Amino acid sequence: MTSVRTLLEKPWIWSFVGALVVWLATVAFTGGYGAGGMVTAALSLAVFTVIVGVGQMFVITLGPGNVDLSLPANIGLASAVAMKVMGGSDSMIVVGLLAALACGAAIGAINYLLIWALRIPPIIATLSASFIIQSVDISYGRGLQIKPPPGFADFTNWQVLGIPVLAMLTVLFTIGAALALQRMIFGRSVLAIGQNIRAAWLAGVHVGRIRFLTYTLCGALGGIDGALLAGYFRGANVDIGNEYLLASIAVVVIGGTSVAGGKANVPGVWGAGLFLVLLLTMLNTFGVSAGVRLVLTGLIIVGVITAAGGEKAAR
Amino acid sequence: MTAIAPGTLPKSSPRGSAARARLLRGLLPALSLALVLMAIAWLNPRAISYFGFNLMLNLAIPIALATIAQMFVIAGNELDLSIGTFVGFVGCVTATWLRDAPLIGIVVLLGSIGVYALLGALIHLRNLPSIVVTLGMSFVWQGLAILVLPKPGGKAPDWLLSIMSFKPPYIPFPILAALIIAAVVHFGLMRTSYGVILRGSGGNAAALRRAGWSLLKTKIMLFALTGLFGVLSGMALIGITTSADANIGNGYTLLSIAGVILGGGEFVGGRVSPIGAVLGALTLALAASPLLTFMHIPSDWQVAANGAILIIVLAARVLISRRER
Repeated sequence: MTSVRTLLEKPWIWSFVGALVVWLATVAFTGGYGAGGMVTAALSLAVFTVIVGVGQMFVITLGPGNVDLSLPANIGLASAVAMKVMGGSDSMIVVGLLAALACGAAIGAINYLLIWALRIPPIIATLSASFIIQSVDISYGRGLQIKPPPGFADFTNWQVLGIPVLAMLTVLFTIGAALALQRMIFGRSVLAIGQNIRAAWLAGVHVGRIRFLTYTLCGALGGIDGALLAGYFRGANVDIGNEYLLASIAVVVIGGTSVAGGKANVPGVWGAGLFLVLLLTMLNTFGVSAGVRLVLTGLIIVGVITAAGGEKAAR
Repeated sequence: MTAIAPGTLPKSSPRGSAARARLLRGLLPALSLALVLMAIAWLNPRAISYFGFNLMLNLAIPIALATIAQMFVIAGNELDLSIGTFVGFVGCVTATWLRDAPLIGIVVLLGSIGVYALLGALIHLRNLPSIVVTLGMSFVWQGLAILVLPKPGGKAPDWLLSIMSFKPPYIPFPILAALIIAAVVHFGLMRTSYGVILRGSGGNAAALRRAGWSLLKTKIMLFALTGLFGVLSGMALIGITTSADANIGNGYTLLSIAGVILGGGEFVGGRVSPIGAVLGALTLALAASPLLTFMHIPSDWQVAANGAILIIVLAARVLISRRER
């Protein structure tokens, strides 16, 4: 019994419970039809949310006001860069992925440069950066109709025993992220800065360097996500990243990470990612119209956050 | 902003230089607008005319109103990421119900202001991050807009069309409207005692609570005002475009935040400026499309121009603040 209780005390368990409930509701509606396929589809779509969600989680953990609003623009540009570099040939896949990674990391670095040089809140810095990135993407990606190399498209859709390989790799990546957060100096520093930036600085944490690395990491994850999305959806698109602004923030909050910073939760990102994707699947299965689906998605996110409640203000 | 004339203090005194820096900082929104206007005048002198301003500032009124709406939440240290889709929703209601069944339309619009007030209460009572709540609400408004008006269309009520096409003598209507909006909000927020309380809730909430003011009420008030100005913005937008589309306001979220910051508003501490916000909105409206058109820059870079202006003005502010110390 004690093990169940300790499990229930974990903040991330609720996002998985939510995902399970939504899945059961959908399966009950279809009479058991497509239950397995739904899990496969949810896993392959949740991957994209989880990757950016982890990046956003590190940024949000840095403390109040830290959030990366440039992710959608970043994903859009990186998807175009990846497709252009790969140019549809299998031999260029790795180079294309590296280019997308570098593009994203550069955007993250620029974000922090703006925060540091202009001493402005990260929201405004990433917002202004996203304006510019968006225009670069529109101009650079205009009429871009390069298909991903067949090998890359197959890889993003590759499944073993109904489990997408990309999802397995992402699980490994999130385990790595969890280790980095809890066991490595980088992660501990991020948590320390989020709890009290001045105390962290006095304790000898390289505040500036860690914040720079965090924004760069988040940008790089956005870049790699853009490349993978372009592979999965067979082509780059300016709007490909649009839904990931809400999604990346929502999975972090629903997953039990504190918006006030200093407390992060990696498993919750997975639970929340699956919850969001399954929620959409459920609403689609119920056959509701696009308008109703948007309204319900919004209300459920507001509801979940209200139920989870905010942190008590620090005294 | 205390307006001390630059000449009143000796030039060499450090206090004089600080005062000048503060004045310069207060004038920054006006200076950026003047700079954009000068650039337009230089590129195309004929644009600086009654007709030219009417054309160039066509969409400035709804942008200014949305910026004022955003300014109220920012005054309370919150952020509204749903204002754009809310403006779109209001637009759809204006182009359908407000014309066909005015009573229902008015009730719906008043109800939506009530929803904003409730959001303020919810955010305060549960201590929720406003970014996440309003991001969720942006989906709700968008969904409702699609339900009200599934396909682009509808038509603005005639009275609204005639208001928005009003042609006063000498002063172009958008400029007149901007002056009125700035004056009214400036008086309400900066010159009345409750306005001070509202700004104080963002400046020093603890002090306000100890003085016996209800922070719940101030938060509800700020969000309701955001809703009110969002409604005005949506109606003004439809009065200009004459028909609606569920996505019509989507760009306003980012524009409104940029406008507030450009106008000298700060993210925390209840430091906002209604006059600055309106000036910021006008700058963005002018710089985004007319300036680029005259400079023969493709419209692809419209959004980038907004970002660049934001960065340049913030950089200028940092330089000035450094002198203020």
